[in-house]
Amino acid sequence: MIGKFLSLNAVGVPLDRGNVDTDAIIPARYLKTLKRTGLGVGLFFAWRYDAGGGERPDFPLNRPEYRGGQVLVTGENFGCGSSREHAVWALMDFGFRAVVAPSFSDIFHNNCLKNGMLPVTLPAAEVRSMIDALQAAPGGKVAVDLPAQSITGPDGDVHRFAIDPFAKTCLLEGLDEIALTLKSSQEIHAYERRRKKATPWLFLDLPG
Amino acid sequence: MPTLFEKILDRHVVTAREDGNVLLYIDRQLIHEVTSPQAFEGLRLAGRSVRRPGAMLAVPDHNVPTTPDRAERIDDRESRDQIEELRKNALGAGVALFDITDPRQGIVHIIGPESGLVLPGITIVCGDSHTGTLGAFGTIAFGVGTSEVEHVLATQTLWQKRPRRMRVTVNGTLRPPVTPKDVILAVIAKIGASGGTGHAIEFAGETVREMSMEGRMTVCNMTIEAGARFGLIAPDETTFAYLSGRPLAPPPSLWDDAVADWRTLPSDADATWDREVALDASNLEPHVTWGTSPQDALPVGGIVPDPEAQPDPSERARMRRALEYMGLVPGTRLTAIPVDKVFIGSCTNARIEDLRAAAGVARGRKVHPDVTALVVPGSGLVKRQAEEEGLDRVFVEAGFQWRLPGCSMCLGMNPDKLKPGERCASTSNRNFEGRQGPGGRTHLMSPAMAAAAAVAGRIADVREVAR
Repeated sequence: MIGKFLSLNAVGVPLDRGNVDTDAIIPARYLKTLKRTGLGVGLFFAWRYDAGGGERPDFPLNRPEYRGGQVLVTGENFGCGSSREHAVWALMDFGFRAVVAPSFSDIFHNNCLKNGMLPVTLPAAEVRSMIDALQAAPGGKVAVDLPAQSITGPDGDVHRFAIDPFAKTCLLEGLDEIALTLKSSQEIHAYERRRKKATPWLFLDLPG
Repeated sequence: MPTLFEKILDRHVVTAREDGNVLLYIDRQLIHEVTSPQAFEGLRLAGRSVRRPGAMLAVPDHNVPTTPDRAERIDDRESRDQIEELRKNALGAGVALFDITDPRQGIVHIIGPESGLVLPGITIVCGDSHTGTLGAFGTIAFGVGTSEVEHVLATQTLWQKRPRRMRVTVNGTLRPPVTPKDVILAVIAKIGASGGTGHAIEFAGETVREMSMEGRMTVCNMTIEAGARFGLIAPDETTFAYLSGRPLAPPPSLWDDAVADWRTLPSDADATWDREVALDASNLEPHVTWGTSPQDALPVGGIVPDPEAQPDPSERARMRRALEYMGLVPGTRLTAIPVDKVFIGSCTNARIEDLRAAAGVARGRKVHPDVTALVVPGSGLVKRQAEEEGLDRVFVEAGFQWRLPGCSMCLGMNPDKLKPGERCASTSNRNFEGRQGPGGRTHLMSPAMAAAAAVAGRIADVREVAR
């Protein structure tokens, strides 16, 4: 089931780094869970905590002004590397509902949409100015309006963003994508019958 | 007119939406223990079942220890639970499982091709970003998240947007010991870690044509490190010869029809590309990474670069951070960097040709006394073949540890990991901060180069060590 996303007005958290990979978002040792929940404890673990387990006071997520933030504003190619959906689950468990960046990795972007998390792609210069504003005046809010496809930075600047129309509908309505696809069951059966004739070697099933 | 990718995509369209997204039939799904538990749980909660269990293959690889006692005991409770959960889910759904004691068990991207279930023209997914490895057979192979694993379990399909088309053409004959690993590191360095985002990359050119299937898999494996979910190579005689006789390849009665079909797949001569990149590999040097992104690759004769010479401020900041994390100073010769550990393994470089290349360097030499070196075959079948060839003895006599198959030290999920501050010469695919263990430092390179580093106790030019 895809979580719903409508709009929000929340503290923006600047993470001024490019190429943030999913190993940094959630280290592999947290991937041993059988659940989707509770992963916030491992979010950005190596950046949030020092070797002794103490909080690094200068890391944005640890600064009091940014606590409770729900919009992460960050650099290009966010979420690159491993396909682990745990990265999205960890961000959401921590409280984030939207990530703003100049670009995202393809798999991470997909994973966001499956979980009701909004990835917002803006031109690099606009993200830069939003990060600068959030750093200059920590605690500033970012307003996201999905129906209108707009985002308002702490300085009041309004930015328009693009989103795939189907993904938008899924986010707004919280649709169950598997249930939607299963409406095409007849077409899937028809496809299989057709392909079984054309390429029978693809239907030599593995013994379970 | 169409490309290889487009031909495969078009024959897998079940239905299309007005916005251009297509419902793509997925021929095969590979499953491992880390990204599947929540997918099976989702099915159960929704009262759904696995639609086509015979199209799936499951294997534990990420969590498994690589030490001989692993069948009797796995100390880490969570790892044990995750492996047990995979077992339960596979058996419950009637999905084939290569369990921990099965001689065919190994890294998911290695056992698929070995079993012959990866065939030209198919679509195949796995909850793992290195699934692109399988594009070496001329397939649409890609990594997905757990929600999409669940979607494929339930429907045997996925919704997809058509990616942009990129062709990377590599020409020139590689000069041994330069390998496909050096080719892909050079490609990533050239186009950048996000250069392929939104694209399917087809690798073409005489260098690629001359590569074995194992070399092609190494190239496609790291396509994701350039940002592209899909890397693929046109099937040819090399592909067909590799597949012939494999357990799940088309039987003799269907073989000729299958090959005739596969010959229609390569991109048409007049296919169009959204982006083209060319690389001359005839003078390519062995490559090594110095930073914390796979794009940070340089010829081994190079020096650690200086961030202050970088004009772009965000790239400058990234490089400064990378050097601080890696504990390196600009201007240092790459061959002056000492290593503590050497890891030869992973879905990138743990096939038999990789082990032969490493053994060729190790033979008659000794691992440096300050270095701990691991060789981890990619599967039970690779391990068996290596032992038949005596490679295990070469490694052990040189002072390497010879392990059981698994993901091992690639990703810090099992007992094989780096300690904080340790530096590793690794044949794996990612040098991200903490990838091989918290605080660990990774230098990516080929198996021959990693073996040379083990002998020298530092990053070394294999051409000098093996002289």
